[in-house]
Amino acid sequence: MRYLPLNENDRAAMLDVVGVDTVDDLFVDVPEAARLDKLIDLPTHMTEAEVDARLTAMAGKSRAAGDGPFFMGAGAYRHHIPASVDHLIQRSEFLTAYTPYQPEISQGTLQVLFEFQTQVAMLTGMDVANASMYDGSTACGEAVLMACRVKRRKKCVLAPGLHPHYAAVTENLCQYLDIDLDIHAPAPGKDVDVLDGLDKDVAAIVVQSPNVFGEIIDLEPYAEAAHAVGALLIAVFTEPVAFGAIKSPGEMGADIVVGEGQAIGVGLNFGGPYVGLFACRQKLVRQMPGRVCGETVDAEGKRGYVLTLSTREQHIRREKATSNICTNSGLCTVAFSIHMTLLGEAGLRQLAAINHKKACILADKLTAINGVELVTETFFNEFTLRLSKPATGVVGDMVEAGVLGGLHASRLMDGHDDLLIVCATETNSEADMDAFADALKGALS
Amino acid sequence: MSMNTQGRQTTPDAITVSEHETVSGNKGLAQSEKLIFEIGTPRRSGVDFPKLKGTKSRLGHMARTGKIGLPGLSEPEAMRHYVRLSQKNYAIDMGVYPLGSCTMKHNPRLNEKMARLPGFADLHPLQPRGTVQGALELMDELSHWICTLTGMPVVALSPKAGAHGELCGMMAIRAALDAKGAAHKRRVLVPESAHGTNPATAVLCGFSIDSIPANDAGRVDMAALRAKLGDAKEKNDVAGIMLTNPNTCGLFENDIIEIAELIHGAQGYFYCDGANFNALVGRVRPGDLGIDAMHLNLHKTFSTPHGGGGPGSGPTVLSEALAPFAPVPYVEKHKDGWRLVENADDKSFGRTSGTSFGRMTAFHGQMGMFTRALAYMLSHGSDGLKQATEDAVLNANYVQASLSGEMSPAFGGICMHEALFSDEFLEGTGVETLDFAKAMIDEDYHPMTMYFPLVVKGAMLIEPTESESKAELDRFIDVMNSLAKRAKAGDAEFFKAAPIYAPLRRLDETKAARTPVLRWRQDI
Repeated sequence: MRYLPLNENDRAAMLDVVGVDTVDDLFVDVPEAARLDKLIDLPTHMTEAEVDARLTAMAGKSRAAGDGPFFMGAGAYRHHIPASVDHLIQRSEFLTAYTPYQPEISQGTLQVLFEFQTQVAMLTGMDVANASMYDGSTACGEAVLMACRVKRRKKCVLAPGLHPHYAAVTENLCQYLDIDLDIHAPAPGKDVDVLDGLDKDVAAIVVQSPNVFGEIIDLEPYAEAAHAVGALLIAVFTEPVAFGAIKSPGEMGADIVVGEGQAIGVGLNFGGPYVGLFACRQKLVRQMPGRVCGETVDAEGKRGYVLTLSTREQHIRREKATSNICTNSGLCTVAFSIHMTLLGEAGLRQLAAINHKKACILADKLTAINGVELVTETFFNEFTLRLSKPATGVVGDMVEAGVLGGLHASRLMDGHDDLLIVCATETNSEADMDAFADALKGALS
Repeated sequence: MSMNTQGRQTTPDAITVSEHETVSGNKGLAQSEKLIFEIGTPRRSGVDFPKLKGTKSRLGHMARTGKIGLPGLSEPEAMRHYVRLSQKNYAIDMGVYPLGSCTMKHNPRLNEKMARLPGFADLHPLQPRGTVQGALELMDELSHWICTLTGMPVVALSPKAGAHGELCGMMAIRAALDAKGAAHKRRVLVPESAHGTNPATAVLCGFSIDSIPANDAGRVDMAALRAKLGDAKEKNDVAGIMLTNPNTCGLFENDIIEIAELIHGAQGYFYCDGANFNALVGRVRPGDLGIDAMHLNLHKTFSTPHGGGGPGSGPTVLSEALAPFAPVPYVEKHKDGWRLVENADDKSFGRTSGTSFGRMTAFHGQMGMFTRALAYMLSHGSDGLKQATEDAVLNANYVQASLSGEMSPAFGGICMHEALFSDEFLEGTGVETLDFAKAMIDEDYHPMTMYFPLVVKGAMLIEPTESESKAELDRFIDVMNSLAKRAKAGDAEFFKAAPIYAPLRRLDETKAARTPVLRWRQDI
């Protein structure tokens, strides 16, 4: 077996040193009733070429996003990732290292984390960020728990523009903790509803911008309303590229900013692994969940980095920890950070501008079709259309025409089957957009 | 001197710099590297974009006008920055990485290639199901392998890491208790030796924690367990037990079947922490031990890369009793292909019938890790997986036997996939576990897990995995024995000064925690 270095001579010699006769003697503590005496009923080993052929054939049964016109967003975005990103994250030293518990021989990972935290803080307009969470949705849930800890209150209000899966994940995380979640049913143009009826029991309001329909929300009134009742504003995002074009949540008064970082450096991956971004104000830092990297010096006074504030974490605090999380999205943070460094502020702004322009062009093309109406007045690279026919069927018909033309909103929420959520990025050509317009026209006629 | 709560020193002692200093501060191939904020500028970029006409904006009044400050680098500068940084990391591909309970085994590169196939990697999670059949097939096949290897009926693939899998299992237990109306069952038994995530997870499910002590053999004290369960089993408040097997001392819980019976007799559920399943694959099926839920760490047992701390993946197997409460989404096979059941209240043909406890993540879990894990399973096959388990256990026992002359095995006897030592052999030498670990760095080894589990003083937990050859282990054993002899010979200074040859000397963790600097700022 190509991955196993021991041979029979080695094994015999080693058993001798251990002082037993056979390998079975190493499993004597297993109760006899549970010892397997034959091979488990699964196929036996395969060569590298055989596995390659088998999985390549399996992968071939799917229609990859890049195989044709593709216009989906709603929480996951397709951008071009520079080849150097994937090359660098496959370096053994990044790929095959563990959590940097021995900082003297982990400065590579640690310095990248420190740079990553700074990039995330700059992007979101916040003071500090952690070393990442599993994904945007779990970051959202953890932010709600954090707000309840900070405010010692047990109620949060979730806006109707929040990605429904984020609301579901948050609801799941809170369900056994006696936290009251006021979850507004998803609907476009209704975020403002959460401003009504806020009271002093509320720990935080959770507002997404751009929201799941693509609308850009001015967060300032939400921050003011939250702060007026002593609550926090948790700002959520799913498309970080937007912050190259629109105001950051920090500029508008958010206290905690969480979101999905996948769009930068990570790729679609059918939903995972992704990278949850988590940033907050300096004064809240000791209640922040997750791993965090900090600057320090070594015994010679040289600058270096370590994982820090671990007294918040489960391996020290056990049942009193701020969270049960004991990992971050390691290699995805490296990918995010490298891609962000390659972009730089100038590149990010250009990328964002192109995304926005492509979306504007696409919106014009699609709304020129009979039976198509633009629902979202402002947007970044994603917008929502109201169709004259049920969107589920329209999406299916467009697949037949070779176009992945957006997401029917009803996949994410009850009702709203006249709504189609559409995204354009720099990866879409003019020809792709025309193919989309033709397919949509065909499906609606 | 500052200590953390585990009694480990967190501030290094002052040392004298006596080394030959170079003009630049670099040492041969060991280059110092500044932060991107010190070498890049917001105007520089390593990405080119086409010019696009048109000035129309639909941003409303929300355009970003202020500076962001993000520095950029050209591609060659970026390559150097990250390659130089990478060279300050230790990695499995460089040498023995014997971190106990972390399972640092070889990461086959075929798996990386497979995970990047566009038919798996370039798929949007919400694409119409007809366009993602290959991906759903992969998830279904992985589920089949996992269920068969564990002897369990159902697996929830979506948990994103080990601790997330624990949460999945404990939420299923809570949901099952709620469905029975057992609102009084809120106490969870957790051995003292358990990983800290176990109690932290149970609390998230509204449970309280009750610690069970270990016996002299490093296993659950059965008398204490019986006492915790009490006599009135029908009415007691125990929701369940969270037990790691093999446990964190590297030992198989030989009373595990009886433990399961006792817990079930008390109308509770048995959560098994599967972090150490790599000691069992192909030799023992957890389903035969009476467990109700167990997470797997695909990044441990099934070799998906640790990536400097993640991403992980924590699929969780569930018993028939807990299966109805499994989280969404999950894959179901139908006559016309595979489907995803996505909503907690969906009435599906399968397992939940509207009883799912909910959704754990935005999408379907760590697809990239599923592909790698299945490639690992297919490559090994049932025969190779069993051999890998046996080699891992043999390597650990070989290391334990070979070090027992100089070091102090915590419990002795046969261990499973990892060997645990206490700091007894260092008593009176002035050398602590931490110093010993740092000396290993100078010998070009990553240290073992230290100060865990907490039940053993100055613990050193060594997990070699099946990836090490005998020759590599012999070199490692020789170095460890030599270091132990040196400590006992009274050369404490040698250990206190270590590491000398790492990119940095010991770091001041106290300073980092007391005055946290968590980001770069221009004015610093």
